[in-house]
Amino acid sequence: MQTKRTIFSNKGLPYALLFPQLAITAIFFLWPAGQALWQSFLRQDAFGFRTSFVGFSNFLDLFTSPQYLNSLSVTAVFATSVAALSMSVSLLLAVAADRMIRTRNAYTTFLVWPYAVAPAVAGILWWFMFNPSIGVFSYVLDMLNYNWNHTLSRTDAMLLVIFASTWKQISYNFLFFLAGLQSIPASLSEAAAIDGARPVKRFFTIVFPLLSPTTFFLMVVNITYAMFDTFGIIHATTSGGPAQATNILVYKVFNDGFIGLNLGSSAAQSVILMAIVISLTVIQFRYIERRVEY
Amino acid sequence: MATIDIAGIRKVYPGNVTAIHGLDLSIDDGELVVLVGPSGCGKSTLLRMIAGLETITDGTVSIGGDVVNRKEPAERDIAMVFQNYALYPHMSVRGNLEYGLKNRGTPRAEIDARVTEAARILEIEPFLERKPRQLSGGQRQRVAMGRAIVRHPKAFLFDEPLSNLDAKLRGQMRIEIKRLQRNLKTTSVYVTHDQLEAMTLADRLVVMNAGRIEQVGKPVELYEQPASLFVAGFIGSPPMNIFDVSKLRELPGVTLPASLPQSADVVGARPDAILLEKPQGEAIALKGTVELIEPVGGESHVYARLAGSDQIVILVIQGRTRLAEAEEIAFYLPEAALHPFERESGRRVG
Repeated sequence: MQTKRTIFSNKGLPYALLFPQLAITAIFFLWPAGQALWQSFLRQDAFGFRTSFVGFSNFLDLFTSPQYLNSLSVTAVFATSVAALSMSVSLLLAVAADRMIRTRNAYTTFLVWPYAVAPAVAGILWWFMFNPSIGVFSYVLDMLNYNWNHTLSRTDAMLLVIFASTWKQISYNFLFFLAGLQSIPASLSEAAAIDGARPVKRFFTIVFPLLSPTTFFLMVVNITYAMFDTFGIIHATTSGGPAQATNILVYKVFNDGFIGLNLGSSAAQSVILMAIVISLTVIQFRYIERRVEY
Repeated sequence: MATIDIAGIRKVYPGNVTAIHGLDLSIDDGELVVLVGPSGCGKSTLLRMIAGLETITDGTVSIGGDVVNRKEPAERDIAMVFQNYALYPHMSVRGNLEYGLKNRGTPRAEIDARVTEAARILEIEPFLERKPRQLSGGQRQRVAMGRAIVRHPKAFLFDEPLSNLDAKLRGQMRIEIKRLQRNLKTTSVYVTHDQLEAMTLADRLVVMNAGRIEQVGKPVELYEQPASLFVAGFIGSPPMNIFDVSKLRELPGVTLPASLPQSADVVGARPDAILLEKPQGEAIALKGTVELIEPVGGESHVYARLAGSDQIVILVIQGRTRLAEAEEIAFYLPEAALHPFERESGRRVG
């Protein structure tokens, strides 16, 4: 990449221009992150009378706590399911829409709508549809002799939050996959067709490998989404229950900090989350530099 | 090794846009036929219909005697070289060459033998393990050709394969394509909008315009006996001079040869057939002023304004010319070099 160097005649001007962005980063990111980091080494009583420095014991407690380990595995299951499900459904939709010529824009417009729905609203929507007493889906499942009850069954609760979170993310993935598909020259598929590859084979040997940068980018974005942005969905539907079945890490941070008032542990948990998201971002930026050339 | 027969083929796109109006063409075994015409004339559409990438509205395409209208591109046993090469960017050169053979379940030993053979013919052995993005334009072009020849198909289809190369490389690759096609004797259809490429490559040239065939024939035939005004203007560079017969008659002191057909209202003359000295036999004598001289090396292009008219006449003069700009000149269109046309139909008369 070519680097451009601008020379400012006034020494102070570049700093003045950078100041607003730096101020925002400092006030809304660095300061709270530093607070969290500092707090993660402290222990406070529930009323805030006494605070003592405890070193790494908050972290040590976490990794020996069965609740936290449960939350880790719940998050892993939840995030991978949401990422895998929403990406495969949206890839399917994108491939279908890509084949359309005149109706493509209409499909795209309709498929983008769920993205505009607030997480809590999306959660409530699915919570209603699966409501054990009045929900339309649980009624249908009942006819199939399946007794759906996400307030009692750990599996049902997990499925409910996965469905709601997946549904909301499909729009986003769809747009990226569609753009990715459209940037692959049609002549590649045509060449493969002449080379004797049937449509399914063409997709898996030519189109899918060429989509890999998009797929990788979306994988990182989806995992981050499932780990953080689904708070509203969980809060509005299962509140982490039943029996901690849907208590993902970010929900547990909130629960332990604001409900349980265990600020030290909550801060330690958010520091761990911060480390996870930073490493995901680093991986993504590393990979994004190596793009496929057509 | 196969003939290609196209009978009454039509292509109508949704919205009732007709790209090709009922067209017939027979291509002999081992022949190299070039489809040439301006953009939008339907030449690429025709090629894509032969390949099976475009559906056929009406008529039939047969390859080697079998009607292939309803066959998938893969079942037609043809190979195509695309304008942008369409190399698979995530596969090595070897992977690109092997892909078609693997899809057809060719045994490993044979795949290796064929890839080695194709790489030898096209001199791409040194970069078999490289990815397409690590190759230059000319090398990519060779790989695209290699992908076509490894398959030993019934026919090669070329869709403007040289238009992404620079002028020098284009000339080289043109010669190579011609040599390769001569050696392999594979029936080929080649689409281009470049009339020089078309003239030099073709066994037979098909000039297309607005979804119809204007003329089919050997390149020299088309140059010497253009069947229509369109072909006359399209083939040859610089283009043929076209004169309005009624305007010529109005010019003082101009007499037209008696042999000119009555129905001819337009007459053409190639720039290199116009003479500065009065020839033996009958000729149209014209006067003009030299406006511009382009020395092109071996010859010079002289742009002269016809006296009593604002028409520019192009003359090609061998070697260097003694003419100077703004000089008054007289020039002659020999009777034998005249191409008479009828304006209404655009066809040649007489």
